[in-house]
Amino acid sequence: MTKLISHVPDGPLQQKWTEHKSHIKVVSPANKRKLEIIVIGTGLGGASAAASLGELGYNVKVFCISDSPRRAHSIAAQGGINAAKNYQNDNDSVYRLFYDTIKGGDYRSREANVYRLAEVSNNIIDQCVAQGVPFARDYGGLLDNRSFGGAQVSRTFYARGQTGQQLLLGAYAALNRQIAKGSVKSYPRHEMLDLVMINGEAKGIIARNLVTGKIERHGAHAVVLASGGYGNTYFLSTNAMNSNGSAVWQCYKKGAFFANPCFAQIHPTCIPVHGDQQSKLTLMSESLRNDGRIWVPKKKEDVEKLRKGTIKGSQIPEQDRDYYLERRYPAFGNLVPRDVASRAAKERCDAGYGVNNTGKAVFLDFQSAIERLGKDKITEKYGNLFQMYQKITDVDPYKEPMMIYPAIHYTMGGIWVDYNLQTTIPGLYAIGEANFSDHGGNRLGASALMQGLADGYFILPYTIGDYLAGKIQEPKTDINNPAFEEAEKNIQERINKVFSIKGTKSVDTFHKQLGHIMWEYVGMARNEEGLKKAIEEIKALKEEFWKDVFVPGENNEFNQELEKAVRVADFMEIGELMTRDALNRKESCGGHFREEMQTEEGETKRDDDNYMYVSAWEYKGDSQEPELHKEPLKFEFAKVATRNYKD
Amino acid sequence: MDLTLKVWRQKDAKSKGHFETYKVNNISPDSSFLEMMDILNEQLINECKEPVAINKGCRGGVVGLDGTTHSGPVAFDHDCREGICGMCSLYIDGRAHGPDNDITTCQLHMRKFKDGDTITIEPWRSKGFPVIKDLVVDRGAFDKILQAGGFISVNTGGVPDANAIPIKKENADESMDAAACVGCGACVATCKNGSAMLFVAARVSSLALLPQGKIEGAKRAKAMVAKMDELGFGSCTNTRACEMECPKGIKVSHIARLNREFLSAKLKD
Repeated sequence: MTKLISHVPDGPLQQKWTEHKSHIKVVSPANKRKLEIIVIGTGLGGASAAASLGELGYNVKVFCISDSPRRAHSIAAQGGINAAKNYQNDNDSVYRLFYDTIKGGDYRSREANVYRLAEVSNNIIDQCVAQGVPFARDYGGLLDNRSFGGAQVSRTFYARGQTGQQLLLGAYAALNRQIAKGSVKSYPRHEMLDLVMINGEAKGIIARNLVTGKIERHGAHAVVLASGGYGNTYFLSTNAMNSNGSAVWQCYKKGAFFANPCFAQIHPTCIPVHGDQQSKLTLMSESLRNDGRIWVPKKKEDVEKLRKGTIKGSQIPEQDRDYYLERRYPAFGNLVPRDVASRAAKERCDAGYGVNNTGKAVFLDFQSAIERLGKDKITEKYGNLFQMYQKITDVDPYKEPMMIYPAIHYTMGGIWVDYNLQTTIPGLYAIGEANFSDHGGNRLGASALMQGLADGYFILPYTIGDYLAGKIQEPKTDINNPAFEEAEKNIQERINKVFSIKGTKSVDTFHKQLGHIMWEYVGMARNEEGLKKAIEEIKALKEEFWKDVFVPGENNEFNQELEKAVRVADFMEIGELMTRDALNRKESCGGHFREEMQTEEGETKRDDDNYMYVSAWEYKGDSQEPELHKEPLKFEFAKVATRNYKD
Repeated sequence: MDLTLKVWRQKDAKSKGHFETYKVNNISPDSSFLEMMDILNEQLINECKEPVAINKGCRGGVVGLDGTTHSGPVAFDHDCREGICGMCSLYIDGRAHGPDNDITTCQLHMRKFKDGDTITIEPWRSKGFPVIKDLVVDRGAFDKILQAGGFISVNTGGVPDANAIPIKKENADESMDAAACVGCGACVATCKNGSAMLFVAARVSSLALLPQGKIEGAKRAKAMVAKMDELGFGSCTNTRACEMECPKGIKVSHIARLNREFLSAKLKD
């Protein structure tokens, strides 16, 4: 039987959060001092949660795999953060932000969570300004905004092309303040390898000190998972090299349900793959679509010349350019949501109009923006992005259009949580990209930062109190409990096994192979045959890994190959679950495009009668298939409709 | 491109380090420097698989393809590979982040080198950043400096509306210039005194330029400078080497603002 109780409060949408937080339990300051919380990850979600919980008086332990909390991959978010401030007087509102997010997610997210997200969005901007985040301002001294995909208002706050960096430095500063005060203890270069449960509740973790290799036990009254997404399953993605899904995956294996694993976002504007030596892909911010226009040539002969290098993009006259997004989606133009823009690029490239030698690139052109606004204004808005592009490609984007192509960027799926952000394991919470709740089948641009900070600053610190209020009599978790001993033993065995194989292939070889399978069959277009094939191929790869991987060195040292091996072993299993979920969902919605389900115009075709639910998978052991649970999605307030960005 | 690499190898903080020489072939000029390092490591891992290597645990005596011995794959820090996380930290041919301007190591591309080049790769070398292994150093001191005062003392919640206090665009822009610091440590690594002044100044200046941060400005400057001194970083003698190598182009004028804040704090003592 399903165990999915969402705990969404009754009442009108606008009142749910206000009512709920007024009625949940709180913990007194004296009791907070006795309670311990572990936070995994220091991105926007983890850093803001750890800082806020520390401020409240809890004892917090925060873990990150990098050498400093500031390195978390939230730092790489470029474009901005959404909020319903309506500072531009363009008729924005909490409801409109809520509606855009629900619609952008193709009606596969939970209505009450999304409304709450929109509701607290304004507090986030206030908080960040108070922390000294240098958002862009106008000459009058007030905050500036830009537009992002899937919205017809300007509600995105930004700090040049490095908004994620500035917001993370704000949260990191708040965290540092608590570390200095002693309410938070920081564990950099530590990786969570397992969740420890006692009597069915989350009570701690097993972590590996990445410098010494020591396996450590850490106990707590609750554990917060803020370890981000699993986009690196594809090997090539815009995620940082060390971003991984292992913390999330170990929690899944301990009983936390994994929701909508197949919902992965493919970002339309990334720098195309240069060759076999490529290690990762670089994003070019969606904010560039404010002023950049996307096109391919109308004539095949121009395409040929571009590929041969006999002409440049800038030499193709206006009338011979196909601004295909403006043509297909007049109402939103270049600012359609990411999934729509990605598919449209793929469609043009598949039709033979790709503009580079691999045939997998389209142009993003600033010529008309530079003519309209002047080069200086463009530099002010996007200078660091233009520099980044030039350093990577050796092409000057002020003179020649950028070449871009879609790439894996974000995972909407994640650990299933209820309205309180609690997983199916009592005492285990998941926030930010690690959970599934707010973005449905497709996340809108500038909403990841919003969600990470909403969860960490304003939602989790309230809802976790409701659980911890029942734990005030409970002593500190004993790390000599047999549950810790067993978990530690299992981890040690797993590590020993990885070393003992002494095979012939490096970890990266397997990761790249997994990436090929995932991109080919579980990428921008998916079909039943391919997905079935992918499951078989991943299974075979997994088997080969455990027979033939080679990991040099030892455990009791700084060993990056070992770190990768443990992560890739999990990525293969994550990939299999993603594929299984994609196979189950016989509809197209958001970033999940099943070729069998499309309109005559090649747009996604949802099947609301059969798939208007969150798929939540329960682990049943390595030898058994996972069990699918369904959380039906009810839309009481937003009108469910076919997404239309044309008019 | 075919290249010769001279790479610093050091087992751990306590061991003595040494250079090892490797050859890498068929490197694409479009590859990034770190992708070239990936290829090197793939090669070194493959060589570890020789039986003699496994017996020795692939450390301190693996026989490479050319008959010389090596220490297995090279440890180096890296993460975002797009110049923003500040994790990568290589000293390449005598320059922090290598032979290009306004970039971090991960943004350095092989087209900056020539076929046949010999490239020397070292870790950040500074008292404040002890080596952990090979090219990986411990920059925990930067966290400690920021914990000493690199924040505005506000709790979550109860803050005024974001537009309640207008801020001059010029000030917000200059604050952003300083806030662009990625905390990589190139300024320290390149400074002959091993000073962390540019790093400290970037944070102090960024906050001092905003009305919200101005309130604690003097206190912050004093606390952060004291912590920097305590952790063994050297003094600033205005050589401006840090400014030259900062991947984010942070100017020494921020050090002037730090000094102003610092002096005004000291005068009140």
